[in-house]
Amino acid sequence: MSSATALSWFARHELRLAWREWFAMMTGGRRKRARAAMIGLLVFAALLHVPAWAVIGRFAELQLPLDKSSLIVITATIFLAWTLMLSQAIESVTRVFYARADLDLIMSSPATLANLFSVRIAAIALTVTALALLFSTPFIDVLVLAGGARWLAAFGVVVAMGLSAAAVAIGVTILLFRLIGPARTRFIAQILAAIIGAGFVIALQVAAIMSYGTLSRFTILTSGTFAEHAPGADSILWWPARAAMGDSEALLALLAIGLVLLGSVMAIFSGRFADTAIDAAAYGRSGSKGTKERPFRRGSRQQALRRKEFMLLWRDPWLISQTLMQLLYLVPPALLLWRSFADSSAAVTLITPVIVMAAGQLAGGLAWLTISGEDAPDLVATAPLTPSSVIRAKIEVVLIAISAVFCPLIAAIAFASVYQAAISACAVIISAASATAIQLWFRVQARRSQFRRRQTSSRLATFAEAFSSIGWAASAALLLTLPMAGLISGLITTGLVAITWKFSPRRE
Amino acid sequence: MKPDNSALEVRGLTKRFDRLAVDSLDLTIRAGEFYALVGPNGAGKTTTLRMVTGLLRPDAGAVSIFGIDALANPVAAKQVMAWVSDEPMIYDKLTPLEYLEFVAGLWGLAPSVSQPVAEELLSSLGLEPHRHERCEGFSKGMRQKVALAGALVHDPRLIILDEPLTGLDAVSARHVKGLLSQRVEAGCTIIMTTHILEVAERMADRIGVIAQGRLVAEGTLNELRQQNGHADTSLEDLFIALVTLQDAA
Repeated sequence: MSSATALSWFARHELRLAWREWFAMMTGGRRKRARAAMIGLLVFAALLHVPAWAVIGRFAELQLPLDKSSLIVITATIFLAWTLMLSQAIESVTRVFYARADLDLIMSSPATLANLFSVRIAAIALTVTALALLFSTPFIDVLVLAGGARWLAAFGVVVAMGLSAAAVAIGVTILLFRLIGPARTRFIAQILAAIIGAGFVIALQVAAIMSYGTLSRFTILTSGTFAEHAPGADSILWWPARAAMGDSEALLALLAIGLVLLGSVMAIFSGRFADTAIDAAAYGRSGSKGTKERPFRRGSRQQALRRKEFMLLWRDPWLISQTLMQLLYLVPPALLLWRSFADSSAAVTLITPVIVMAAGQLAGGLAWLTISGEDAPDLVATAPLTPSSVIRAKIEVVLIAISAVFCPLIAAIAFASVYQAAISACAVIISAASATAIQLWFRVQARRSQFRRRQTSSRLATFAEAFSSIGWAASAALLLTLPMAGLISGLITTGLVAITWKFSPRRE
Repeated sequence: MKPDNSALEVRGLTKRFDRLAVDSLDLTIRAGEFYALVGPNGAGKTTTLRMVTGLLRPDAGAVSIFGIDALANPVAAKQVMAWVSDEPMIYDKLTPLEYLEFVAGLWGLAPSVSQPVAEELLSSLGLEPHRHERCEGFSKGMRQKVALAGALVHDPRLIILDEPLTGLDAVSARHVKGLLSQRVEAGCTIIMTTHILEVAERMADRIGVIAQGRLVAEGTLNELRQQNGHADTSLEDLFIALVTLQDAA
């Protein structure tokens, strides 16, 4: 087999793997669901046009040349999308390094590793770009329908962003390997991915709170102060915005930059990619050092279970990066709360729905890890405990973790308003309890490492968990402003949770 | 009538999935006995043992462990037994010592009792140099040894093992076999499934051959030979003859 044939064969292999991974994620690993998954995806894509219209429809009529304020908003939106792509790309690259089953085979083959890893880098770029295209298509469709074919250039911008995000992600990850070693890279890269994914939005919100006392990130972007300090209309900074609106020169330049960046990364790093993968594999085999010597602790059987759960949660970098993303979103409301003490602003009301939703989402993730993500199910099942006492101990872990995170925030709200603190506390408890209950009703035995794919086991549970968190957040916010509407919203959310229970698999 | 010294008594145990996996199985294991359950793939060995340990609910039948009705009183039955599966299930983020502390806690042992036992087990299984390493980098053999240590730390009266020697190197396998023999000498009852017939032949007091969910032969090696009319046959030849006969039937 010639070198070119081998490369194209490996490229096909990579694409097939990427397709099957995505397909399994959509269908939950069940082939029979393929048609339903495709229909669901098409319906979801069609429905996504509605919020896309609401969010972006007003920009469709914009024409070049743009005023500074519009340039800033469009550029910031494009940058936000790029940070999300970068976050996803860092996660993909880390996964490639630490997925040893496949790397062992590749590295033991007589093929030229630099060439194979060039293909793998290209595959990462393609995956990141394809996913970005999938989610951006409804938004670009809206712009094309309302503003004309010139907006089709936005697809090119998405491709350029995907290529550059993959290139930067590979550079950053390999740099981390060289600087801090494989043991820490896995952990730091996951944290970095979470911070990059949420960081830009949060930074804008923090700036808006500090300057204008509002959570809206657009306030700071559309402010005169920001426009004054922005560069002139012919700056390279606005190329993405101009390219998205049909400026072909800017688009070609962006695509060229993306391709050059990715090509450079392939040329520089594809050789080192193999060394890095070997280091990562060696790290996996050597095992990491654990704790210092200490005597065994006393306690009941349930305490032993709780201790184990807390230890595993604490030592799980996947979980830390996933929860950090959710907890980072609590920074702006906490800051708003702190600012509101000074001027008794009504904006403090906004905090309640944010923390109620965060509590539901965090509880759902924790409940999956403790209830479904049990790595030694046989051991726990053959231990002399009743199944109900095992489940109770695991639920207690979720509720204790939620209390530890949210009690300080509720206490801080109590200084501003005892009534709001009481409503917030009740809603946080109900939201966390609902999410935990949904995870309990739909529990499926899985390994903790499958946390990323937990949504695939039951779409109904995923949607129910999300809608329940949103419902309780809305109910709490309404109770503070329109109590009757809050009660109605609460009843509707209760009904939703009850329907979810009705459709849940039968449990013994 | 239940014999006084039975460690495990199974009567009419039945389980059906797509097909009948275990078919009205009767089995009696005496206390202090090393019993090997052998059979071809899919014969129902693991399904039987999973029902005995409470991991699977039988469609019909009764399971008694040292006189305790395991279906009516599973917690009491579990207190005196341990289960080791062929796929070692341990926690990647715990060290072997932390794992043993957790298992001891689950069985409600006092630390003053469990800690010295845990230390001794790690030492005898060659895990001492790795006691403070997290299990995530361990080979399958090392993981199997950690799982085995977990099964032994609470000093069970009945140990049920499903292919415990899978993935172990020769030295480790000898360690494990030695450890199991010591437990039997100390009065513990062991039930083990294995595909390595030589192990069953050398270690087991009695051997049960299971095929298509039924116990087709049972006894000491000599009894099995006599039952089949071959005085000097190896267990492997006996096994193939019995299974072929069952398939033909």
